[in-house]
This record gives sequence, C-alpha cells and structure tokens, in this order.
Amino acid sequence: MGERVGIEVSLAAAEAVKMANVDVVAAYPITPQTHIVEHLSELVADGELDAEFIPVESEHSAMSVCCGSSAVGARTFTCTSSQGLALMNEIVFIAPSMRLPIVMILANRSLSGPLSIWNDHTDVMSIRDSGWIQIFTENGQDAFDHVMFSFRVAENPAVSLPVIMNMDGFVLTHVIEPIEFWDEETVKRYLPDFEPVNRLHPDNPVTMGAFGLPGIFTEAKKAQDQALINSKPVILKAWKDMGDLVGRYYKPVETYQVEGAETVFLSMGSVGETVSIAVEELRAQGKSVGQVKLRLWRPFPFEEFREAVRGVKQIIVIDRAITYGGPGGPVASEIRSALYLEENMPTITNFLCGLAGRDVTAEDYIAMFEKTEQMAKGKVRQEDYIIYGVRE
Amino acid sequence: MVKSELELSWKDLEVGCVVSEPGNASQYRTGDWRSVRPVWDSEKCIRCGVCYIFCPDMAIKKTEDGYFESDLYYCKGCGICSQECITGCITMVEEEE
Repeated sequence: MGERVGIEVSLAAAEAVKMANVDVVAAYPITPQTHIVEHLSELVADGELDAEFIPVESEHSAMSVCCGSSAVGARTFTCTSSQGLALMNEIVFIAPSMRLPIVMILANRSLSGPLSIWNDHTDVMSIRDSGWIQIFTENGQDAFDHVMFSFRVAENPAVSLPVIMNMDGFVLTHVIEPIEFWDEETVKRYLPDFEPVNRLHPDNPVTMGAFGLPGIFTEAKKAQDQALINSKPVILKAWKDMGDLVGRYYKPVETYQVEGAETVFLSMGSVGETVSIAVEELRAQGKSVGQVKLRLWRPFPFEEFREAVRGVKQIIVIDRAITYGGPGGPVASEIRSALYLEENMPTITNFLCGLAGRDVTAEDYIAMFEKTEQMAKGKVRQEDYIIYGVRE
Repeated sequence: MVKSELELSWKDLEVGCVVSEPGNASQYRTGDWRSVRPVWDSEKCIRCGVCYIFCPDMAIKKTEDGYFESDLYYCKGCGICSQECITGCITMVEEEE
C-alpha cells in the first residue's frame, strides 16, 4: 500500500488522475475546480504525466474534445463546476448516448443566480437525467479512491459509459486531509488498459453520433437506459475489488447506526460526516436515530436503498438543491418514489439546506430531527419540504 | 441489405448506435419521400447533362444513348433538375397513390 500524505484534496485527486495514466485532459478553469486542473497542467508541463493537456476556450469545447479523444480510444478526463457544467450541457447529454467512457470530476457548486461560487448540489441535479453514472464522495480519501474507480467502471466494455464523480466544492476541494495514496502496483492491478468497444480509426471506419430518425430513437433510448441499469454489477464488483486491494469497502448505500433505528437521516456527499456527529449526539440522548448515505445516484440503487431503510418509520432527507415550485428537493422526490409501493412506507420529511455554502452544523441536524419529531406528533403541521434556516 | 430500421429491436443496436458498415447510407431508400417525379421529353432534350450536374443526390444517371433518367430508389422529387433544365424538357409529374 502507498504512502499516507497530508495534501489538499484537489491536488490528491489530480495525482490520482495522473496515476491512472490518463491520455487526454481537456478542461477550462472554474472555481472551485481550479486546483485540480491547474495541478494536472503542471504535471504535464513538468513532464511528470505523459498526456495531452488541451486548454480549451470553454467548457462546451472541453466536453467536445473529450468526446473526440474518448472516441479514438484515449483515456480521457475533465473537470468542472456549476456554470461550467451549464455551458457544457449540450455535450454532457451526448457523451453517454455515444457510450463514451469519459471521467469527469464535478466540484459541486451552486448554479447562478444570484452569482455564487459556493457549494451545494444544484449543478449536478441540473444534469441528473443526462445518462452519466453519478457517484458522490464524502471525504478526501474517498475522492482519491473514486478517481480510480471511475475510470475502471466507465471503461469496462460491459459498461462503456461516462462517470461523474461528485466532490463538494471547497468543503472537499480546498481542505488538506491525510490521504493514503495507492502504489503503482495497486493501480496496475485495479485498472486495466483502456480498450474501447468502438474506436474511430481509419483502418476500420465507423460512424459515431449519427442521426436517429423517429423509427429508431425510442430503441436507442431504451438501449441507453438498459446500459445504465446494467452497469450496476460492474460498479459493485469495482467496489469489492477495491476493498480487497486497499481495505476500504464502499457501497451504493452506506449506513451508520441504523440497527433498530426508527428515524434515519439521508444525505449525499460531504455533509454525511456532520450528520454522523448529530446521530451520535442524538443516540447519546437516547433517541432511536441512524444514518443512510447515498453514494450511488445513477443508476439509482433501489434494492440496496429499500433494504437499508426496511423497518424505518421516518426518513429525514437532506437536499442541497431546490426544485422551484415542485414536490421538494430532487433527492426527496426520488426517495418518495422509490418507496411508494413498499409496505409500511416511512414518513418522509425533506429539509433543503446548505445552499450555496451556508454552514450546516451538527446542531442544525439535531434541530431538524426535533422539528421532525414535532411534526410526527402532530404538534407542527407536516410539510412537503422545509427550507431550513431561512429568515422569515 | 441490412434490416429496415423499423424491424430493429433495441437489442439489435450497436453500442452507442455506431454505424459499423461504411457507406451503408446508400441502402437508405430516399425515393420514399417523393411526391412528384421527373419525366424527360427526349424530343426537347439536348443531352447537355445540366440535370445530372445539379442533382443534389446524384440520383440522375446517363443512359446508353446519352440521355438522362432518374434513379427512383434515391430521387426525392425535389425538382431541381426540372428547374435547371435549359430546354425545359423535364416535367415533374405527380406520383399516383
């Protein structure tokens, strides 16, 4: 096993991309993603990484370059945030439909406006239905490990789909953490060379990205949906193999102190660690509370999620994005939908919080639990969703 | 000849809808789109080949005696040949039901 070093998470992620021996990096700088791309640019310029670094003029071009390079069989990486993802949007939907296994780190940041550079999940939720495999990371080690994971899953010939690795802006990207690096041998054993399913090459001409007439479009979409669903066994295997190699076993749905819990918090990304502190505090007070974390967002892990909340009476869903005029946060909507046909469906309360970098502390989660208890007892009106901490 | 796209199930599609057979667009019968077809009047035709040159789909062929005719597998009935013909020898005739 490799060395344990104190390093900024962005730099560690960039080092992981280097260790994955990427061939092409095409990206445009945007806060809070900047350090990742900046460091990769340095690594290429210093001759430490033998790759093409393409400093494109926009994110739209970044993803376009990525599609081209992935299509010729180059291991391809990009990275963006918020407005950058918005500008990239058109091509974000094209990459999975062409089954191009690009890896993208999304340093999560709020979408304008008002203009903000701070962290929440509105950027990733805007491309929820783009067809990418989407995972969330919770801390620096997690982020480092999942760079390797992302390439391995994306490029598996049975998958051949792009992967978005979500990593909270600032909260993760700009903090220094102790991170255990993988040694080269481990990377080699975990991550095989990239052999694309289809490759643009003059010796064997193929057409990629052709027109789809109405007579074929529905079939093309069904095939794409099935491809994303079918990626799950490969995802599970990639986590199992990683655990066997480095000793950290990740799961699509992770739990903490759920044994016999009547109420569970559900969160995604870095807030999970703060929620754990709140759970410990509430347990100490004798409350029957646990925690469920969604690591895999697409394909949605229905089975594992239903299993994780079996017997639970109340779920407190933490959303980091607003669905204006809709049924609550995007995560809560999906959770309600995933449980709709279940017997003894738990009550679901939805708190939208931590928008654009507003701090949410363990005390805040405890307050959410208490409000949920009051709603359950009928003392406060049950609401579809609550924008937590908003000043009235 | 490949299957018509209307016979393909989603399982028949190549990964990412890649077209793996180069040049197979030639199998696509664009003649289905046509509502009118060009008809040449050999009395007026001077065999200049302007129709052949202007046809955007290369759907006009030269016959053995030097006149021209359309390949109805591809001809979409756009009428450009008729529009460009110097002697006005090409008439666009309604296709029957």
